[in-house]
Amino acid sequence: MKTESMTEMPSAGYGAAIWRIIKSFALLRESWVGMIGACIVLFWVLVALFAPLIAHFDPNASIMPFAKPGTIGVSGHTFWLGTDHMGRDILARIVWGSRTVLTFGPLATLSAYTVGILMGLMAGYRGGIIDDILSRISDIILSFPVLVLYIIVIATIGASGLNIVIAITFASSPGIMRIVRGLVLDLRNRDYVAAAQTRGESDWRIMLFEILPNARGPLIVDACLRLGYVIITIGVLGFLGLGLPPPDPDWGGMVNETRQMAMVFPHMTLFPCIAISSLILGFNLLADGLREISLRD
Amino acid sequence: MNDNQEPVLICKDLCISYYTRAGEIPAVVDFSLTVKPGETIGIVGESGCGKSTVAMAIMQYMGANGGIKSGSITFKGQDLTTLNENELRRIRGSEISMIYQEPFASLNPSLKISTQLMEVPLAHEDISKEEARKRSIQMLKDVNLPDPERVMESYPHQLSGGQQQRAVIAMGLLSKPSLLLLDEPTTALDVTVEAGIVKLIADISKKFGTSQIYISHNLGLILETCDRVFVMYSGEVVEEGTVNSLFAWPKHPYTHGLFSCIPLPTTDKNAAPLKPIRGQLPLPFERPSGCFFGPRCDHFKRGLCNKEHFKMEHVEGKASDHRVRCLRYKDIDHAKGLSSDTIKESPEIGKRVLNVDGMKKYYEVKDSSLKALITGKSSRFVKANEELNFTAHESETVAIVGESGCGKSTFAKVLMGLETGTDGEVRHNGKDISRIKVRDRSTKEIRSLQMVFQNPFDTLNPSHSIGGQISRVIKQFGIETDKTKIFKRVMNLLDIVKLPRDFYFRKPRQLSGGQKQRIGIARAFAGNPSIVIADEPVSALDVSVAAAVTELLMDIQREHKTTLLFISHDLSVVRYLSDRIVVMYLGHILERGTTEQIFAPPYHPYTEALLSAVPIADPEVTKRRIVLEGDIPSAMAPPKGCPFCTRCHRKIGELCETMLPPEQLVKDRHVIKCHIPIEELSKIEPVIRIPKKEERIPVE
Amino acid sequence: MVLLLVKRIGFMIFTMIVVSIILFLLLETGLTGDPATRVLGNFATAEQKELWRDQQGYNQPVIVRYAKWLGNFATGELGTSIRYKGPVKEVLLPRLWNTAILGFWTFAIMIPLSLVLGVLSGMKEGSLLDRTISVFGILTTSVPEFASAVFFSALFVFGLKWLPGTSSMASGFEFKQLLLPAMVLVVYDFGYVARMTRASMAEVMTSQYVRSAVLKGLPYRQVIIRHALRNALIAPFTVIMLQINWLLSGVIVVEFFFAYKGFGALLLEASLNNDIALLEACAMIAVVVAVGSQTLADIGYTFLNPRIRFT
Repeated sequence: MKTESMTEMPSAGYGAAIWRIIKSFALLRESWVGMIGACIVLFWVLVALFAPLIAHFDPNASIMPFAKPGTIGVSGHTFWLGTDHMGRDILARIVWGSRTVLTFGPLATLSAYTVGILMGLMAGYRGGIIDDILSRISDIILSFPVLVLYIIVIATIGASGLNIVIAITFASSPGIMRIVRGLVLDLRNRDYVAAAQTRGESDWRIMLFEILPNARGPLIVDACLRLGYVIITIGVLGFLGLGLPPPDPDWGGMVNETRQMAMVFPHMTLFPCIAISSLILGFNLLADGLREISLRD
Repeated sequence: MNDNQEPVLICKDLCISYYTRAGEIPAVVDFSLTVKPGETIGIVGESGCGKSTVAMAIMQYMGANGGIKSGSITFKGQDLTTLNENELRRIRGSEISMIYQEPFASLNPSLKISTQLMEVPLAHEDISKEEARKRSIQMLKDVNLPDPERVMESYPHQLSGGQQQRAVIAMGLLSKPSLLLLDEPTTALDVTVEAGIVKLIADISKKFGTSQIYISHNLGLILETCDRVFVMYSGEVVEEGTVNSLFAWPKHPYTHGLFSCIPLPTTDKNAAPLKPIRGQLPLPFERPSGCFFGPRCDHFKRGLCNKEHFKMEHVEGKASDHRVRCLRYKDIDHAKGLSSDTIKESPEIGKRVLNVDGMKKYYEVKDSSLKALITGKSSRFVKANEELNFTAHESETVAIVGESGCGKSTFAKVLMGLETGTDGEVRHNGKDISRIKVRDRSTKEIRSLQMVFQNPFDTLNPSHSIGGQISRVIKQFGIETDKTKIFKRVMNLLDIVKLPRDFYFRKPRQLSGGQKQRIGIARAFAGNPSIVIADEPVSALDVSVAAAVTELLMDIQREHKTTLLFISHDLSVVRYLSDRIVVMYLGHILERGTTEQIFAPPYHPYTEALLSAVPIADPEVTKRRIVLEGDIPSAMAPPKGCPFCTRCHRKIGELCETMLPPEQLVKDRHVIKCHIPIEELSKIEPVIRIPKKEERIPVE
Repeated sequence: MVLLLVKRIGFMIFTMIVVSIILFLLLETGLTGDPATRVLGNFATAEQKELWRDQQGYNQPVIVRYAKWLGNFATGELGTSIRYKGPVKEVLLPRLWNTAILGFWTFAIMIPLSLVLGVLSGMKEGSLLDRTISVFGILTTSVPEFASAVFFSALFVFGLKWLPGTSSMASGFEFKQLLLPAMVLVVYDFGYVARMTRASMAEVMTSQYVRSAVLKGLPYRQVIIRHALRNALIAPFTVIMLQINWLLSGVIVVEFFFAYKGFGALLLEASLNNDIALLEACAMIAVVVAVGSQTLADIGYTFLNPRIRFT
């Protein structure tokens, strides 16, 4: 590009932005671990999106109890993964259950991140009393064993989708706050932050534009991992009977309901276990791949 | 040094490459070296020349992906490349030792010094623990560490930087090695502390008979410590010779270029400015055919210099052992290059712009120790700045000189509004700004007082494009609001700092250190400031890059008539570009005056020591050597009375320890803060003696 | 140093008091629904609820109730369990002991295994061993405990028929019954601790002071043991202490799955049955153990790191 002829401003449209997002996925090619993880996650996202097309049966309809995988039903359609003790098609329940997981999981994580990032920025950048108070609060919350915290919270406010999101936000944001605070404490001593300060920029502008973009590496990796943890939590809560109320399909709940019969009908318990493990594995591999790439930079 | 003995180390035609995912990177292309017993060899070069790689190759520790492609390294008759791990282990630490730049990196933070010292002889020789301990303590004494028993029982973090480095040197010498490798051992230390270490290194060969290889980018340090010197450029040696021969008659254009980049006592920012080397260091896989320095050389001859790779030749003449890798060295007349076509006009000093009057800055520190709780005095004060008085004028360059803990950064912060002064005034164009923080200053005030930062790698936000960042500055300063006008301005600024216009779109990580620093300068000057504070703007840059950036700064200042407050610890640069100098120590100004006044007696004793510590790369300049004892006291517990009394070599007695010295006016705004009367100080011999032009040995 | 200790213990007490206040507010006051309704059910009449509230002392001022409640805890008077119809103390202590046994065996297996494998894989970064352990670690931390319990049961109980399916210890203590729950816990946590240890070791191995130790000509074994391990094991030590906190969560699922009469299962039961006194007692104990182990971790870290110990 001839430098002398540059007198016009470049155009920055939405097309350019979308192209940049697509290009960033190509980065994953550098780490095959990350690629595998991304594929698994993508698979489940597609399953959740196209649930109605994939599952022929209604996940809550009792049709034919205790059918083994591969049995053909009266209507001529196959129960690919068999049915459970109440006659419900397991494939349908798994497919529709993925919607639940992939809705509430990211929602809860996003909510926890918003709160955690805001608190972490304030604690790390402003310091002083705000930092003391926020750190003390987060220390107290973090000193609870996680599941105990969830049990107490759900026992008091009841179980519902929204309450689970609230509980997860409450329990996860201190951890995120700690990470963000640590990153901010390190970044705020950089010269470009001092340069912004000497320009008279406002505190929030510095926190959001100067510091946060440079923390995105570790935060993105943590987000993937945390999404995995959140999905585990949703599964465990479902398993313990503290999750979404029935009859909505819930992978953890499916395992709990059917485990007594696992000796005779293993398919009822095994398939939801495989489903949830594979999704979490996908996120963990993705996180590992992203970490590898960010270290290589 | 005994010429007839067998050489300790011979490197012959060394070729070292790194094998990465991206392919082979030839780090060192042609390196040959001979070290005789008791000799100190210097290897000098800028970053990327391969000098550290050579050191690692000698230790045979190049990491998983480095390897010697060809050539040999012979140590006392043995080829090091053929030895197995066990044999190498026997040599390391006992025959060849290495000292690094960061002393703290060589020391294990979880082990006591005694353990780390004693394990060296214990691993290599068959001696008892008692014997090892005795030897360690003796060695600590030999490296001039006071109170060796206490040091033995300390952990590394309990020692100061200078003490740590001495301990590391002791550790390297404990098993009486024949060869000591030193890789920039003083870069991380303060100037006066560095002087002590440099003296120690210079004495090692005499005391212990050890040969040394001293790697540095600083020609002045090489001159003070070495017997022979090798100049490296882009992976190969381009010139070698004795220190006297090479420094007096550099033959290779690169060597000559390096000398022209250094602010020697003969340079002057207006009459004889620095001449930066144009162009950039080639990347390892982009080296040109023939002479690597060709594209940047003023004497390049097409067809001859770029035909094929050539070897070193002996220089004819009275210099023995002086070799150069240049086909045209006989034809080049370096004396012609000293012509006066680069004289720049000296600016006129204008009206007073800055007046610092009795400024104090104290930091309150909450003391949480048990003692404080009991006595009830829970806050202490760190007196970062005490009673600062000086002025600065339009177009003037005032240098603030001092070592760590002197308070120069604090002063910069108060001036910029990041902190507020505790007492006194700082008047900018008449208005007192010492109590006004940045957010309370008007846009006009903010843009008229800007800063260039030290670390080029942190000075720009890595997440935003260059153009974006400069545009933001322009918008924030309220200079322009229209998008196209802002764009034009950014382009204009890029032109001024001599960077290509398409850098607008680049991200900082695609720029080199020097380029980033230019952007930092562009950013500071974007609002046409009346004062710019430059905080060590070139200390992190290579010599040739630093020269270019320094010249740029001077040019812009000339153009805009800006007042420049130049903070530095490097007195050579300071002498080159400042009109007035302020010398600070532990929060006090100990001396201030014009450059000529500071560099000539009467001196404050600290100034005297500081001047003596500055390495000067001119072999005909003579210096008196003054080495200060001890370390810089902590700012938390400054000495009563004169802050310098704990290390002063001219201390007159109890008066210095109890009473703060008065400011004595010498003449004409030259002030010294000392108890010793001016008449005494005027009688001091000058520290640096520069021979006049007539006395100099003519350039050959 | 002593001051630091005092500060840490002080913080521990502060945390426990704050937590107790929060618990009290959540469970004992009307903040999250009327306790009478919760206990007696929706069909109880207003009179019955009022009577119950009086009996239980709910009509006294909050602060008095809190003080009494806290006092009761301190003296070990933990109230009566609604479900078990007896003093909480009698139900709680044996369960706590059972969980302690399970925890002990879990740690006894997990700690040496993860430390050794973590150190070995960190020493030789990128080697086959390292990659295998890393992959294995990711796999095991991806499978939730209930899922791995299902997989192990399928293998060892239904498939190979080596181990019993439940751990109710109906006929006295049988070590075989501990194996499956311990295995589930070990497998899940091993991955995390081993990876932390590996990361710490790898970082230390590439540090400059380890390089200096090698270049001093010290024997390799000495470099590893004296120089590397001393610094590398500081972080994992802290992590392990914090695993006690994790264990308290993990046992809930495992004990529930295998019907092991432990503390975690008790906590779960109490919350599902609205057995308030029991729930409070369990929660407080959980917090005491968690905060206590964190304080120990903090103190231990301070002790191990000379930079903090000797300022």
